Amino acid sequence: MNALTPLAEIRAARPAEFPETSRMPSDKFLSIEGIARRYPSPGGKQTTVFENLWLPMRKGEFVCMIGHSGCGKTTVLNILAGLEAPSEGVVIADGKAIEGPSLDRAVIFQGHALLPWRTVLGNVAYAVSSRWRGAAKAEIDERARRAIATVGLAGSENKRPAELSGGMKQRVGIARALAIEPKMLLMDEPFSALDALTRGTLQDEVRRICTETGQTVFMITHDVDESIYLADKIVLMTNGPQAKVAEIVENPLPKDRSRTELHRQPGYYVLRNHLIDFLVSRSKTLRDAPPEGYDQRRPPVVRLTLTEADAAAATVG
Amino acid sequence: MPSHSLNLRAIIVSLAIMVLFLLAWHIAVSGLTKTQAMDPEYAALMGASATTGKSAMPGPVDVASTIWGHLKDPFYDRGPNDKGIGIQILYSIGRVALGYGLAVMVAVPLGFLIGMSPLMSKALDPYIQLLKPVSPLAWMPLALFTIKDSGLSAIFVIFICSLWPMLINTAFGVSATRKEWLNVARTLEVGPLRRAFTVILPAAAPTILTGMRISIGIAWLVIVAAEMLVGGTGIGYFVWNEWNNLSITNVITSILLIGLVGMVLDQILARAQRLVTFPE
Ligand SMILES: Nc1ncnc2c1ncn2[C@@H]1O[C@H](COP(=O)(O)OP(=O)(O)OP(=O)(O)O)[C@@H](O)[C@H]1O
Ligand SMILES: [Mg+2]
Repeated sequence: MNALTPLAEIRAARPAEFPETSRMPSDKFLSIEGIARRYPSPGGKQTTVFENLWLPMRKGEFVCMIGHSGCGKTTVLNILAGLEAPSEGVVIADGKAIEGPSLDRAVIFQGHALLPWRTVLGNVAYAVSSRWRGAAKAEIDERARRAIATVGLAGSENKRPAELSGGMKQRVGIARALAIEPKMLLMDEPFSALDALTRGTLQDEVRRICTETGQTVFMITHDVDESIYLADKIVLMTNGPQAKVAEIVENPLPKDRSRTELHRQPGYYVLRNHLIDFLVSRSKTLRDAPPEGYDQRRPPVVRLTLTEADAAAATVG
Repeated sequence: MPSHSLNLRAIIVSLAIMVLFLLAWHIAVSGLTKTQAMDPEYAALMGASATTGKSAMPGPVDVASTIWGHLKDPFYDRGPNDKGIGIQILYSIGRVALGYGLAVMVAVPLGFLIGMSPLMSKALDPYIQLLKPVSPLAWMPLALFTIKDSGLSAIFVIFICSLWPMLINTAFGVSATRKEWLNVARTLEVGPLRRAFTVILPAAAPTILTGMRISIGIAWLVIVAAEMLVGGTGIGYFVWNEWNNLSITNVITSILLIGLVGMVLDQILARAQRLVTFPE
């Protein structure tokens, strides 16, 4: 059984022929299993955005996905969120196949998606009251206020989204997602519309909150440094159509890294160069000519070794 | 402050236009044409217009004094053909309120259904397209025949003419609800009913209110014509009756009053629309 087997057979064969998919290791919190997404294209044919995509995720892991525009990152995230159904394959979350949106997986939308007729408190409270139906209003307010305070917006509870800056809106989006205490956080380029300064502070906050609470996160980004700062694992997607997971790169940087000192960390340069190399050239070549022994079901996990630049940086820092 | 001075200048120009208009009106109707010498009996038959050179058209002073007369006692009731203008206008407003209110109760839920269901939207579209362009007054004979009550028929005509703009706008507003807001509701596992009230309705409210504003304008246009047809009471009947009495002052007074009420109704809905519209 290999990656060239027609998908239909794989699907039909599972789980009997792949007992490991149904007996996941307990730390395998989320598992993307052979999903595909196809759109009808003119001429009665179909374009395949990606197919036979496999990706495991552990509990408490921060995973960033990087890839060129149009390779299908948002599609993957929407499938994880349950907002879209895959054309083939399944995603198993917490031992169950994802069949639709769930309060267990909170989404932070790229365009913040706040309800403009509700105040900051109203937006967050809406999520809280959806999570704990029939809870007393005081309790809902209390939880919402706490989430708003967590993202540093205490005092702006009664403002409407139109009165907030872009960064503040995105914070409300984060507060709304955190307030429902999800098992998993899904973020689609949450900071791409923000200026560098605001983006930096929000990255700090997201990292602080996620490490404090051990949140499992799947995040899409275009920003290489953002992924190095935030992610435990960086998933590299090749160009579309028929995008593949080229590699899963483990982040060698220490857990207690700080954003401003990132470039002084050992391992920073080798990781950064690897990611940029990928985006510049290998994202294209790896799709058409996958390396020897490449198996879509088990994308290669890459651990990087230090370069001289890193070693030099480490001694300076 | 340029905008301030613009407002000020606009007010001054408005007032100037009014003064010019009143002056022109006054001059146009006051006795400038020469009178002919005639037999006094004939002159009595011809009335003031022929004998004194005064136009049959009332001047602004006449109208002002008539308005003052109406204002002093708007709500008198001396039998079916002599009711105060206030009572008449209340009859009209009452009819509009009833017909329009019924239309709101039908159009908003139905529009919601159409907007949420592509099937219903496609299925009902031919009927809406067919019925929308029909002049509301064309329904009158049918209404009179089936309802057999002139007052109710007028209300029905108001209902029919208010229905379409609200129905179409509601359906459009609902179907145009931003996908990301719906996705927020979906990821929060919000049920369909709660989603309708907490996401779709507020999102569509400005568009619905636009439809309601168009409808109230049409309803107020139509009620005057409808009342002219059905008679009995109402400002439309009043206008027609005063025309038959050749009381042009009363007709002009009514025109002003109809305009004023229409403006107030429109402003009420414009304010309501501002209340439900939130910038992003
Ligand atoms: N409704 C649709 N119909 C047809 N093709 C679609 C549709 N939605 C998305 N696609 C295609 O799917 C591909 C992946 O889209 P997706 O939005 O997931 O890309 P992405 O990786 O998130 O890109 P970006 O980085 O620009 O956000 C694109 O090539 C797009 O053309
Ligand atoms: Mg995208």
